[in-house]
Amino acid sequence: MISNTSHSPRTSTRTVLGPALALILGIALIFFTLFIGRGIGDGIAHNLQGIWQLIIGEAEKYQSIVVWQWRASRLFSAITIGAALGISGAVFQSLVRNPLGSPDITGFNVGAFTGVLISIALFGNLYWYSVIGALIGGLGAAILVYLFAYRDGHSGFRLIIVGIAISATLTAFNQWLSLTVSLETAMTAALWSAGSLNGMTWSRIMPATLLIIIFIGLAFALNTRMKLLEMGDDTAAALGISVNKTRLVLMLIGVSLTAVATAITGPISFISLAAPQIARRLHPQQHITLVGSALVGALLLTSADFIAQHAWQNVTLPVGLVTISLGGLYLVYLIIREGK
Amino acid sequence: MTQSSLQARCVSTSETVTEQAALETKSVTLAYEQHVIAKDLSVDIPHGKFTVIVGPNGCGKSTLLRSLSRLLVPQSGEILLNGENIHSQSTREVAKKLGLLPQSAIAPDGIKVIDLVSRGRFPHQKWFKPWSEADQTAVELAMQATGVMDFAEHNVDQLSGGQRQRVWVAMALAQETSLLLLDEPTTYLDIAHQIELMDLFQDLNRIQGHTLVAVLHDLNHACRYADHLIMIKSGEIIATGSPNDIITEALIKEVFGLSCLILPDPISNTPLIIPRGRAEK
Repeated sequence: MISNTSHSPRTSTRTVLGPALALILGIALIFFTLFIGRGIGDGIAHNLQGIWQLIIGEAEKYQSIVVWQWRASRLFSAITIGAALGISGAVFQSLVRNPLGSPDITGFNVGAFTGVLISIALFGNLYWYSVIGALIGGLGAAILVYLFAYRDGHSGFRLIIVGIAISATLTAFNQWLSLTVSLETAMTAALWSAGSLNGMTWSRIMPATLLIIIFIGLAFALNTRMKLLEMGDDTAAALGISVNKTRLVLMLIGVSLTAVATAITGPISFISLAAPQIARRLHPQQHITLVGSALVGALLLTSADFIAQHAWQNVTLPVGLVTISLGGLYLVYLIIREGK
Repeated sequence: MTQSSLQARCVSTSETVTEQAALETKSVTLAYEQHVIAKDLSVDIPHGKFTVIVGPNGCGKSTLLRSLSRLLVPQSGEILLNGENIHSQSTREVAKKLGLLPQSAIAPDGIKVIDLVSRGRFPHQKWFKPWSEADQTAVELAMQATGVMDFAEHNVDQLSGGQRQRVWVAMALAQETSLLLLDEPTTYLDIAHQIELMDLFQDLNRIQGHTLVAVLHDLNHACRYADHLIMIKSGEIIATGSPNDIITEALIKEVFGLSCLILPDPISNTPLIIPRGRAEK
């Protein structure tokens, strides 16, 4: 008898251990970040009773504000943005059939940064202008890559190579732009370019969350098609998929997720690159799933932000700095592993 | 037996009736951007037969197969599937009538045989009602026909080349199309697996009534298994017909530039092509 949804009869301890550890780490992070962590309002709760009072809403007003307005919104941002970046990475890696296919490698977040820079230079530091600027910039970079890499259809590898080239060009352009604009604009842009979750209030994260939920929903709706595309363009077409249209829509979803995330936090690298690959190693059948990539992305960014807030005494690092360092280590690990 | 394969079986038994071709190209020009592969090409794929396309490397046989399977849009002319222009139908509609086994299929990491075969059901599935009884039946029949039922729960990457190719065939069969196009299906397989696969195709054609079109490299396989042979050279059709009727030493010389000897195959009584090469000098 065959069932369509069956799982491996042998469930080794390793396949359980990984996800279990990730889950415990996630819960611990949420707990520490909210109730114990440092930062504004140090030592907000001294004992379990204090924490319980915070949860049921009987704590002092000051403590409640620190936990539920400041810390919770920041934690929520880390989870949402992390999930968005994870899914964006999963979509791109599927599209180009290569673990290097990630919006931060192919320059879409650099393009988003260009959009934000231009928007800051033209209209000042306004939330929605930055979001729209990032979307236009990210999509613009994607279109450039798409057009330059086109030659009788798209090979995944060519998309990556062209993406790296476009990314380098845009980085140079961004630097030139930063040098030309006024000092104030350049300072704002520089702060933003580090990628940070500082000042993520509920009013800042909620509109972006709405957009992210829409794009994640679209990604899930196209999940089956995406999986069929992985088997090759010809195979997918033979199964009734309009290959170019589907790929374009998936690409737009991936770019939009990265662009929205980049618009409100600044560029946060390596989450998109690493999350799907780590999710694959945690999956019992070694599959990359959207849910897995979202969860790992959220966990990665939450951990990185925890490190950013606690690594140095009295200094909160930009989380982008932490992810780029962790990501560098991850890349070194990948290279060593591939070399063996 | 499902309804569609029963219908297909009826078609295959009425071979004598001359009817509209299953698939035909009407003076098509096939090109990749500026690079023209074939001009004014007209081909008929007869219903219920096993058609094999052969020709030297780069003659355009795979290109022709790509255009027949709607993957390549002709620059001019039209391609008719059951008498209807293939490009006026959606990819999904075509996928319900025509299955393809491409050369370039990539098996996803760690996918199980049954899950891969199930993917062949995609053109029949709807957004909110993904898996039906009919899907299940089609997948089981496809796995039985190709003999991959025993390793339904195995990972595709654990299988041998021959087994893996049969899994891909099963996926295409699960699509339940009466037409099946095969692009060099036996490449990279050893001789035993090649014959096993060719026998499977013959069964699909004779027993299940599928109309098959295959691009093959091996002329002797083509002669032994094809009902209808199409020989192409530099984008032009040189000969079509049953192997026994068309294969001559002069034709092989013309199409492949190969001098050879032709004997009747003692097993199948089809032409057996023996290259002369340097050995005779």
